[in-house]
Amino acid sequence: MWQSDRMIFSVLVEVQLRPGVADPQGSTIERSLPALGFGGVVGVRVGKAMRFTLDSADAAAAQAEVAEMCDRFLTNPVIEDAVITVTEAAGV
Amino acid sequence: MSPRVGVVLFPGSNCEQDVVEAIESLGGEAGVIWHGATELGDVDAIVLPGGFAYGDYLRPGAIARFSPVMGPVADFARAGGPVIGICNGFQVLTEAGLLPGALQKNAGLKFLCRSVTVRVESTRSALTNQAEVGQKLTIPINHFEGNYTCDERTIAELRDDDRILFTYVDNPNGSTSSIAGICNAARNVVGLMPHPERACHPLLGGTDGAIVLRSLLAAAGARSGI
Repeated sequence: MWQSDRMIFSVLVEVQLRPGVADPQGSTIERSLPALGFGGVVGVRVGKAMRFTLDSADAAAAQAEVAEMCDRFLTNPVIEDAVITVTEAAGV
Repeated sequence: MSPRVGVVLFPGSNCEQDVVEAIESLGGEAGVIWHGATELGDVDAIVLPGGFAYGDYLRPGAIARFSPVMGPVADFARAGGPVIGICNGFQVLTEAGLLPGALQKNAGLKFLCRSVTVRVESTRSALTNQAEVGQKLTIPINHFEGNYTCDERTIAELRDDDRILFTYVDNPNGSTSSIAGICNAARNVVGLMPHPERACHPLLGGTDGAIVLRSLLAAAGARSGI
């Protein structure tokens, strides 16, 4: 059977503020919820999610490439870090 | 001859003409440099002006730092040339790693557009050499992400090396240690959130910004031997 040496991965990058970095959006949301009758919510943190597909040799290579994207561009390492999820989408 | 100041125009900058006007009103020469330029030309200082470079997409300054002009700007800075980032320009300098820390969303999530009082903390820099320590200047701010943030080690380093140049008298945005402006270790790269170019004429409501921009012209002039 013919097999390509490239694979397509679905990538999810969840960017979040590092622990300890103040989150003005999160605290504003947290303070607003009780006004709407939602009690008991604590620890709201706001981040952002990015989804894309990536053509890469294998899962490890894809993971490494996305980690470098995060380091150089997708996050500001001074205040943010990222959780990267790479899943195989389909063969090429 | 007057010191020549190059003002970088990114797509989305909106204070470049104000800076040019202010510099010229103070006796300097100023010209706009398009962000796609691969050389700076014959300049004695660089200003990255305020605005919303690349629409602040991803993060303020995150995309602007990859503009072609930023390579020559970094080289100019490493060679000791005065490089000033005002507001969005400060954000670009931190994203580019030319200054430490980051600028987070304002505490309270308000876009702030008003005059504030800042205190000059150090006169040893390209932007404060004509001021006095303890001097209070009234200069407008105009930002949503001016909340200066850095780790404990960085803040200690900034303090120990006398690199905090301006602090807010009444912290409007939650900045660490009320920081409004800092410089790099060599003291030629400076970032500040307030807009000195908007306080250089009595018609604009004040002239305290002129003290700041005169410092830049002095640093630029000293560099070019004027």
